[in-house]
Amino acid sequence: MDGTYPAGASRGLAWATALYLVLPILIVLPVALTDQRYLSLPEHGISFQHFRTVLTSPAWLGSIWQSFTIAVAATALSVSAGTLCAIGCWRISRRATDLVRVLMLLPLIIPSIVYAIGLYRYFGPLGLLDRFLGVVIAHGVTGIPYVIITVSTALAAFDPRLEQAARGMGASLSQTLRWVILPRIAPGIFSGAIFAFIHSWDELVMVLFIASRDVFTLPRRIWDGINENLDPAMAAVAVLLIFFTLLLLLADRALRRRNEG
Amino acid sequence: MNDTGRVSAGWWLLILPAFLLLVAFYIAPILQVLAISFTDPEPGLGNYERIFTSGSVQRVIMTTLRICLITTALSLLLGYAIAYAITLASPRAKGWWLLAVLVPLWISVLVRAFAWVTLLRRQGLVNNSLMGAGVISEPLPLVWNEFGIIVGMVHYMVPFAVLPMLSSMREIDPRLLAAARGLGASRWEVFRSVFLPLSKPGILAAAVLVFIFSLGFYITPAILGGGKTLMVAEWISLQILDLIRWGLGTMMATMLVVAILVTLAVFSRIVDLRRIFGSGG
Repeated sequence: MDGTYPAGASRGLAWATALYLVLPILIVLPVALTDQRYLSLPEHGISFQHFRTVLTSPAWLGSIWQSFTIAVAATALSVSAGTLCAIGCWRISRRATDLVRVLMLLPLIIPSIVYAIGLYRYFGPLGLLDRFLGVVIAHGVTGIPYVIITVSTALAAFDPRLEQAARGMGASLSQTLRWVILPRIAPGIFSGAIFAFIHSWDELVMVLFIASRDVFTLPRRIWDGINENLDPAMAAVAVLLIFFTLLLLLADRALRRRNEG
Repeated sequence: MNDTGRVSAGWWLLILPAFLLLVAFYIAPILQVLAISFTDPEPGLGNYERIFTSGSVQRVIMTTLRICLITTALSLLLGYAIAYAITLASPRAKGWWLLAVLVPLWISVLVRAFAWVTLLRRQGLVNNSLMGAGVISEPLPLVWNEFGIIVGMVHYMVPFAVLPMLSSMREIDPRLLAAARGLGASRWEVFRSVFLPLSKPGILAAAVLVFIFSLGFYITPAILGGGKTLMVAEWISLQILDLIRWGLGTMMATMLVVAILVTLAVFSRIVDLRRIFGSGG
């Protein structure tokens, strides 16, 4: 066997895997532009009719707006609670906050189906089923880990002596937070906000259980579409979602680069 | 001294909102619903007995374990190839490889499942082009079965496999590889007796991560399984929403949580969990 063979074979496999990861996602673009009325590639030319269908449909627009407002509110909740918690854990000794840290990571570990059936039962007596507030709480609480991870990463690069200096010169806790710590870790908070936003914006499993008619988010409408009528309008929605996600990721990358450079 | 005590109370207050939110709206609902598995329809361990007596409960557990193991193995293989390529790539190429891994990670799981349905169904793009090319005369059953679930799940899990493996490969000192090569080892030997053993912690971390994520996966198996091949998450949802059998559904949910926590506990001795969940600490 030739000495370079393993490198060659693994390279081939890596390329194949990269194509497997990316191509299926790209395929929705031509399907969304089809001139046919069923899921297919364009036959005689491209058409934007399916985008028009989606962007003029009150049902789709309503769901997009609802998902957006829920995601904004949930992100606000995750970011404020998560940032404060990460700062607290960072400043207090490591061992004392171990339990808190583990607790905060639970939503990443425990499957959402388990949480969803829990909420289904828990929100009933509280009157939070099928309510905007209920979904915001569910998404906001489960978004906290993303913020904690990004903010903790930002804090790891922060010199604790700056904080001690500020306190030594007589700044109160809130002044230190406002003027010394928060500006330094702003990029981490922003990344956390983007991830918490995407988390809520894409979340389906909880919504399937705790929302039914009044709250009908975008993922819920896509889910119904996939299960009931597979038409090119679904592909158009998929394309819009992909562009939106890419935009958020680019914003995150640009901001990080500006802060590093 | 008095002052530091007060300061530290202030910092504890910062933790409080997140802590209370999590206890009141995360821990409490989960514990409350898991408790139902011991009380519904009657107090006792009746629901857990079903694991040993009910064929359908055993079938769903076996299906889930089988799919998860296959998914984990495939994701590790494909993820390793990508992580290896990223490690060897030039800085410029690295960025593109990473993009290919990270972009799918953040694209909605629904969009990805939809894309796979478009490709794999009976009149889908794959079957249509194969039939158009005359390779097959009948559409292949590519989706709404276990094959479809695995294709979609591996697609979802590969990025999660790549990230821990990549971070452990980054810690491998390239001079070790150069030294082995200088001592006369072939590339294959360098890989097998130096690189591969050194990347083992990353492989293990990736395996744990992909396996526990796969166990409770709902959306992709539900869409690509078409209701015929049931994994635990969809089975739980069926018990609760359609059959209103809370006892059975919550029993399986409890088993799912226990399985995940036990896996994590066993491997936390071998694997650095912080590597799995980023630099959270």
